[in-house]
Amino acid sequence: MFEKALKGSRKYWLWLGFLGTLILIGFLAFLAQLQYGLGITGMSRDVSWGFYVAQFTFLVGVAASGVMVVLPYYLHNHKVFGPLTIFGEFLAIAAVIMCLLFIIVDIGQTPRLFNVLLHPTPNSMLFYDMIVLNGYLALNVICGWAALHGEYKGTKYPNWVKPFIYLSIPWAFSIHTVTAFLYAGLPGRHFWLTAVMAPRFLASAFCSGPALLLLALLIVKKVSKFDPGQKAIDTLSKIITYALLANIFLFACELFTAFYSNIPGHMYPIIYLFKGLHGHNEWVIFMWTAWLFMLIAAILLVIPHTRKNINTLAFACVILFIGAWIDKGIGLLTGGFTPTPFETITPYRPTIPELLISIGIWATGFLIMTVLFKIAITVKEARA
Amino acid sequence: MKRRKFLKLAGISAAVAGGVPSFLLREVKARSYTPPPGALTARRWGMAIDMKKCWEHPECNDCIKACHAAHNVPEIPEKKKEIKWIWKDEFEHVFPEQPNEFNNIVFEHKPFILLCNHCKHPPCVRVCPTKATFKREDGIVMMDFHRCIGCRFCMAACPFGARSFNWVDPRPYIQEFNPEFPTRMKGVVEKCLFCYERLEKGQLPACVEACKHKALIFGDLEDENSEISRILKERFSIRRKAELGTEPSIFYLIG
Amino acid sequence: MYNSNKVIPGIIIFVLIVTFPIWLNHGKAVSAPKPILPEGRCVESKEFMRANHMQLLKEWRVLAIREGMRIYTSSDGSRFWIGLQNGCMKCHHNKQQFCDKCHDFASVKPYCWNCHIPPETKEFGTAKATRLLKLFRIPVDLREGAKPKHGEHGGHGEIDKGGEH
Repeated sequence: MFEKALKGSRKYWLWLGFLGTLILIGFLAFLAQLQYGLGITGMSRDVSWGFYVAQFTFLVGVAASGVMVVLPYYLHNHKVFGPLTIFGEFLAIAAVIMCLLFIIVDIGQTPRLFNVLLHPTPNSMLFYDMIVLNGYLALNVICGWAALHGEYKGTKYPNWVKPFIYLSIPWAFSIHTVTAFLYAGLPGRHFWLTAVMAPRFLASAFCSGPALLLLALLIVKKVSKFDPGQKAIDTLSKIITYALLANIFLFACELFTAFYSNIPGHMYPIIYLFKGLHGHNEWVIFMWTAWLFMLIAAILLVIPHTRKNINTLAFACVILFIGAWIDKGIGLLTGGFTPTPFETITPYRPTIPELLISIGIWATGFLIMTVLFKIAITVKEARA
Repeated sequence: MKRRKFLKLAGISAAVAGGVPSFLLREVKARSYTPPPGALTARRWGMAIDMKKCWEHPECNDCIKACHAAHNVPEIPEKKKEIKWIWKDEFEHVFPEQPNEFNNIVFEHKPFILLCNHCKHPPCVRVCPTKATFKREDGIVMMDFHRCIGCRFCMAACPFGARSFNWVDPRPYIQEFNPEFPTRMKGVVEKCLFCYERLEKGQLPACVEACKHKALIFGDLEDENSEISRILKERFSIRRKAELGTEPSIFYLIG
Repeated sequence: MYNSNKVIPGIIIFVLIVTFPIWLNHGKAVSAPKPILPEGRCVESKEFMRANHMQLLKEWRVLAIREGMRIYTSSDGSRFWIGLQNGCMKCHHNKQQFCDKCHDFASVKPYCWNCHIPPETKEFGTAKATRLLKLFRIPVDLREGAKPKHGEHGGHGEIDKGGEH
């Protein structure tokens, strides 16, 4: 079915060419990083994880969110999601590959990456992260491809796929839980040491991921003959709404615990992010943007009138996605590292090569997503 | 006692030799591995730092210089990317959970010596995905630089900021090197290793040896008769962030 | 076969490209390297070391660093201090004349010397700028970046004396 990706309009090829250019630039920057070391990034002794790990964390959420269309269809027989599951699975494939790429570029000794397999260490959360991410990738490749192939042949997906589909549902929750556990079990990082980390990760994932999927489907609807259907869009937007509200609620819980308890260690990272601390306010504007965006999106999504209007819905999805991306990507990371264990502040600012590498990886993800979606749409158009 | 220990170790090494892959056994009869004779050993190494003695000589940096020279620790000019195994910082940063707005004479801005705490329950070891950092039987939290993939999970996990990462090749920033010890390469994490390489030769850690004021007391915490055990019983000491349950092996004598 | 007029030449071109190094070096005799060996016996016989030194070194490094086993008793009962800088290179005084001779010939690049210091080293060089690093304007020597720039206010991790605690 891959040949379906080789026939497209001028716009399709221009888009792929644009992504290819970004990938090439990012790859060159990565080669420079291999030569020079991670010193080309803005990370430091005090803020030892940065943009790469932030993107990784956010994208695990996007990957997990594919389950939000798979679950209603397979467990609740919600028929309108039938045609969409493939898109959820393909989105997950692209997102997991981006996750893996972000890990690869974040490792200081890239050639030794496979030491994780040579010396498996079950007490490390990264060990489980490796298992669940690669497993999730495999599951989505199997399920997505089998379902699409069934559609191509005009049959239902084969029966042997069913166990994999059911397995992929809890598996999706596991990938983001394990990713939250990377952070939530570290002593002395107050911002991360919270039991609602995993639930909040899931909540923010299940709003931002489907928001991206919804936007992608709206584009698909515009550029192709495939129509996801108004009912499916409605349900998806309701899922986004509930997840976003859960995310806001869980963040409010964090605020309460930190400020009512009045424990400095718990308050400082939040104060640093939203107000600035010791004269440092690098991320204040970003954090307020993030939460204003999410709150506006929440209002637009809660009001039925604006949720059902395709323009306001798309707008809400865009700002929601940006908000969640800032909050969970960069906010989560810098908040965990600031203040430092010495209660001092070392500002972190990503560098240009660091951003170019990140953009290159995002472009890779979008390229994979475009190609997979193109295949799926062409198959669906042929059936229609 | 020593004899018994030797026999025990001989037994262990025989067992280790038994596990040698067969290709090595082809010409071998007596091949074996043993710990070095004359090494300093302990059940749990620890260090007490007599801050009162230390504060009498505020200009003294002998321990830091000795350590960094012995271990080829580079001097990275950009502070954000610096590498340090042992260093000084002020009270407010070392014990951030001990604010006391009325105690502004005794400890205010007083420097403390910082190094890896060689915790009994090290979070860095818990999170390492390759066992590149691991805890030895004698309590030393060790680094196997050959194995580190540079994921920096240990740096996120360490509540004491004891770990440094080689953001670039460190060699251009080493002025005079110690030919007996390796450098590190870019992309690996490093920290104080309690001078395992000196203990093997029967020597005390470089910082302890370099301190002419005898402010650093190094010894076996689980040996009741060791100097460090006696001092810890007699004098008031504090540990960094004890509430986190990592049980540091570095004690600050402040009373 | 479909498209055999394209497939067969394609296969031939592919095979030629893959075997290109063989044709290029065909007929050129290259003499085997002669590393300079110190007098006396190594920890094991010359033949054993030639065939197995890499495995032995790997085993050494695991046992010495991870198990504290610093002493190696060889097959003839002699005892040796395990170490690259403090063991091997105490006899093999020169990496270039010993290690590199065969490694260069066989085009293997073990990364031992990224950390371990060859005995002939006098000083470490400075960081080198490559075209790629220049392309992304990466400051190669951190000493230059460390000089305070005008208009850049504090930060950079220095102790925040004024902080509230």
